[in-house]
Amino acid sequence: MKRFALHLLLLFSLAAAGGAQTAQPLAEDPEIEKRLQALSHELRCLVCQNETLAESRAGLAEDLRREIRDQMKAGKSDQEIIAFLTARYGDFVLYRPRVTPTTYLLWFGPFILLAVGLLVLYRQLKQRRTQIKQQSLTDQDRRRLEELLEASNEKEPA
Amino acid sequence: MSRFLIPLALFAGLLVFLAIGLRRDPHTVPSPLINKPAPAFQLPQLHEQAKSFSPQEMRGKVWLLNVWASWCISCREEHPLLLELARSQVLPLYGLNYKDQRSDAIAWLDELGNPYLISAADLDGRVGIDYGVYGAPETYLIDREGIIRFKHIGPLTPEVLQSKVLPLARELDK
Repeated sequence: MKRFALHLLLLFSLAAAGGAQTAQPLAEDPEIEKRLQALSHELRCLVCQNETLAESRAGLAEDLRREIRDQMKAGKSDQEIIAFLTARYGDFVLYRPRVTPTTYLLWFGPFILLAVGLLVLYRQLKQRRTQIKQQSLTDQDRRRLEELLEASNEKEPA
Repeated sequence: MSRFLIPLALFAGLLVFLAIGLRRDPHTVPSPLINKPAPAFQLPQLHEQAKSFSPQEMRGKVWLLNVWASWCISCREEHPLLLELARSQVLPLYGLNYKDQRSDAIAWLDELGNPYLISAADLDGRVGIDYGVYGAPETYLIDREGIIRFKHIGPLTPEVLQSKVLPLARELDK
């Protein structure tokens, strides 16, 4: 029993040591890798335009990730790196378009459409309400109504 | 009548936008470098490694910088046009050999002909990043003050050369 417990203990300690080994960071600086991951998800790969820089395997994406990593190591802020990239590749590298006069329609267009839609809906509803109010029965309608009522009365069993 | 005209007008408007959208090439990204100074660099020459090439040496001249590589398929497509341009000697043509192996690049030029006065070797693509290169071939027209005046992405065509590059170069050379 004692031997079994000893074996068990040995097994656990080995497992713990193995776990500790795999948990070691793969990259040189985990902090920078984390920042690189976060930032490159915000940037577009220019070769395969619908992928982020983080996901792309294109050669240029690799180069740009390396460039960003180097700049982070040199102590540049995310803002400075974004400015560096937009100076070379334009606002197109940004996955989230900036709010500038050229993108006003993109950002605010949906809200304008929503407002127009609500206005149209409101006017339609208001118009219908007044239409319903104004329509009263004409003499002809009244006569027809009476005829129908009489007809149904006659059919009813006594 | 306006019940039908308004949606019809809206639909027509949408069609116009979609038609314009279809005709545009989504791969041509407007370069922010137009009318900005060409980024400075100093790189070894492709053929003579001991010598360097720098765009600063080109001050006072209107010239073309063509980004190319031996692995780049579209570069083959535009190559005959570049050879023709080099023969005509109307505009000095320099190359930026982008992310290539030196031996491959030299073999490529030996095989197809070398239109470049000098090619600078950007083996790791670092200068390419400064120029916003994302798809070789790319061609930059640079003026006497070292300002980029025009950029063409993808293989240069005779139309672009005749209708845009050469007239602009003549204008800048006055």
